[in-house]
Amino acid sequence: MGAGIPLSYYLVLGTLLFSIGLWGALTRTNAIRILMCIELMLNAVNLNLVALNRYLDPGSVQGQIFGLFIIAIAAAEAAVGIGIVLMVVRRRGEVDINKIRLMRG
Amino acid sequence: MESAWLIPVFPLMAFVLTVFFGRRLGERAGWIGVAGMLAATALAAAVFRDAVASPEGYASSFPWLQIGDFELRVGFRVDNLEAALLIMVSFVSLMVHVFSLGYMHGDARYNRYFALISLFTAAMLGLVISDNALFWLLWWEIMGACSYLLIGHWFEERENQAAAYKAFITTRIGDVLMMAGFWYMFKLTGSLRFEDWQAWVQHNAGAGMDFTRAMTVAALLIFGGAVGKSAQAPLHVWLPDAMAGPTPVSALIHAATMVAAGVFLIARTYFIFEQSTTALAVVAFLGAFTAFLAATIAVVQSDIKKVLAYSTVSQLGYMVMALGVGGYTAAMFHLWTHGFFKALLFLGSGAVIHAVHTQNMHEMGGLARKLKVTAATFAIGMLALSGIWPFSGFYSKDEILLAAYHSQYPALFWAGAVTAGLTAFYMTRALILTFFGRPRDPERYEHAHEGGPELTWPLILLAIPAFAAGFLAPTLFKAPVHEFITFGEHVGGHEPESLVVLVGTLFAVGGILAGIVVYGLGWISTRTLRAALEMPYYVLREKWFFDWAYERVVLGGSMLLARVVAGIDRLVVDGLVNGVARVVVWLGDVTRRWSTGLVHTYMLTLFAGVVALALLILQVTGGLR
Repeated sequence: MGAGIPLSYYLVLGTLLFSIGLWGALTRTNAIRILMCIELMLNAVNLNLVALNRYLDPGSVQGQIFGLFIIAIAAAEAAVGIGIVLMVVRRRGEVDINKIRLMRG
Repeated sequence: MESAWLIPVFPLMAFVLTVFFGRRLGERAGWIGVAGMLAATALAAAVFRDAVASPEGYASSFPWLQIGDFELRVGFRVDNLEAALLIMVSFVSLMVHVFSLGYMHGDARYNRYFALISLFTAAMLGLVISDNALFWLLWWEIMGACSYLLIGHWFEERENQAAAYKAFITTRIGDVLMMAGFWYMFKLTGSLRFEDWQAWVQHNAGAGMDFTRAMTVAALLIFGGAVGKSAQAPLHVWLPDAMAGPTPVSALIHAATMVAAGVFLIARTYFIFEQSTTALAVVAFLGAFTAFLAATIAVVQSDIKKVLAYSTVSQLGYMVMALGVGGYTAAMFHLWTHGFFKALLFLGSGAVIHAVHTQNMHEMGGLARKLKVTAATFAIGMLALSGIWPFSGFYSKDEILLAAYHSQYPALFWAGAVTAGLTAFYMTRALILTFFGRPRDPERYEHAHEGGPELTWPLILLAIPAFAAGFLAPTLFKAPVHEFITFGEHVGGHEPESLVVLVGTLFAVGGILAGIVVYGLGWISTRTLRAALEMPYYVLREKWFFDWAYERVVLGGSMLLARVVAGIDRLVVDGLVNGVARVVVWLGDVTRRWSTGLVHTYMLTLFAGVVALALLILQVTGGLR
């Protein structure tokens, strides 16, 4: 691996990705976009985990295993999330989450 | 005598059979009850013969329950007294059953009626031979329930329902006191058996003030049960109202069962009363007061059954008074003879009501020409109740007066004598108003006719002991009465006293003559009498204001209490509940503002939470290394 690249580069990239994801999730109103942004945040975390694992404790693989788990769970989450959005669109013809307020107290 | 326990089993079986097969059998179901009572009477007669032959009696018991150190033994006992009562109760009940065959003909709830009178009789028979307080209580309560159901037999009328409630609740007040008394005796002796109680009491007799005080408390509590069940003042109010039931039921309640149980309760626990002169005095004076009170009220009643009802209260007062002055034998003997002639009188009144369809004596009159058997037997019952020689009532009443005469309270003797005079007077009045003079309601008179054999034969058969039970008793018992029914040598019989006989007979004859003068010959018109005695007449008409006072004090008191409780309920309890609800509503109102339904809000909240958590962890762990 690129021994010349310092750890901080990875961390900065992870932070950037996470922030973009967060910003998107909080500002977009399209449900599909929000799901994509959440995916982005998850991958930013993955990047952090793998990088920290490699630099701080090179002999072990915990961070990488965590990453694999998160990828699997993210896949499941995306499937469920997109399924829900699909049903909502079918029933209401609407992907704008601001217009779907069924849970309002 | 070993098989005496079977006596209550026969009517009990009749009850069960009638309940299960009564509907299918229709009116033939009544014969089940009659058969049961016939078997019980035959067995009671056999037991009675054995009791006469062997004076020591028979008792049998077995351990039923073992709870820790406490062993509950149950069983039965038959002594001379029990044997005499068994034959009286079963015979009277048999007559009532037969009478009911005719009287209840065509009734909508014929089977229910017969099932219940069989159960009622079974309970009384079981009670008589109980040897422990637990069984006693069991039968006692079954009787209470039966009386409630039978008094309210025609429950379509609200009035009858009310009478049933009244009987049940009033006697229940006494029952609670009795239970407390039983419990107290159990605490003292650690046993529920009357035998153990007696042994304990006699072992500790004369042990000092504390013991006497304990015995007074126990005796008065148990007496409370008798006051309720035997309709003594001030709990006598239910018995006259109990007339709402069918007339044969009245005969059963007033003669053989129920009210007899109360007096028998005092006799059964007499060893407790004996230890306390206070308790005995209370018993004696309350009995005498009740006897006099009820006799005076009976004088002004116009309902034939009410007259008899008050006369029962009065006669029970007589028995209670006798127990109070140590006349154990006299009281039990009177209970025995009274059972016969009071059943006769009630069944006689039932035959009259059956014939004329009214209970008001002012609508009767002259019925002797139409109802010959009823009139003759009613007259026998009336003479027995008035205490005229040689009818049965004379002997037992004489015993009671004798006991009162020899007691330390001579006033009781005179109260008894005056009551005897009043008794003779009102019975004469009832007899004349019903059977003699001109018919006051010609239409009813025209339609009146004697009932069938099932109505007349019980009257005839009951008239025999009502007439002869007094002078035949020593022959039947093969011993003088006070030796046959005895509690102990120191409360045994007294020598007959000619003065007592003279006074008793004088008052009785005087009462009858007064009755004839007023109601038969009409020398003094009732209107003049009423005008002359306006005030006393009013008091008697109002039954000494007992019902009025109950209405005011008990009913008004409960209403007041109910209102207070309702207020507390509304203010405190409801306030608490509603307050909790209101707080929850307020909290919900506040928190629901978070649930906007907007995904962004949730996400923001989530993120804020994560940040807060991260900051907290940093704070706790001291930051990154």
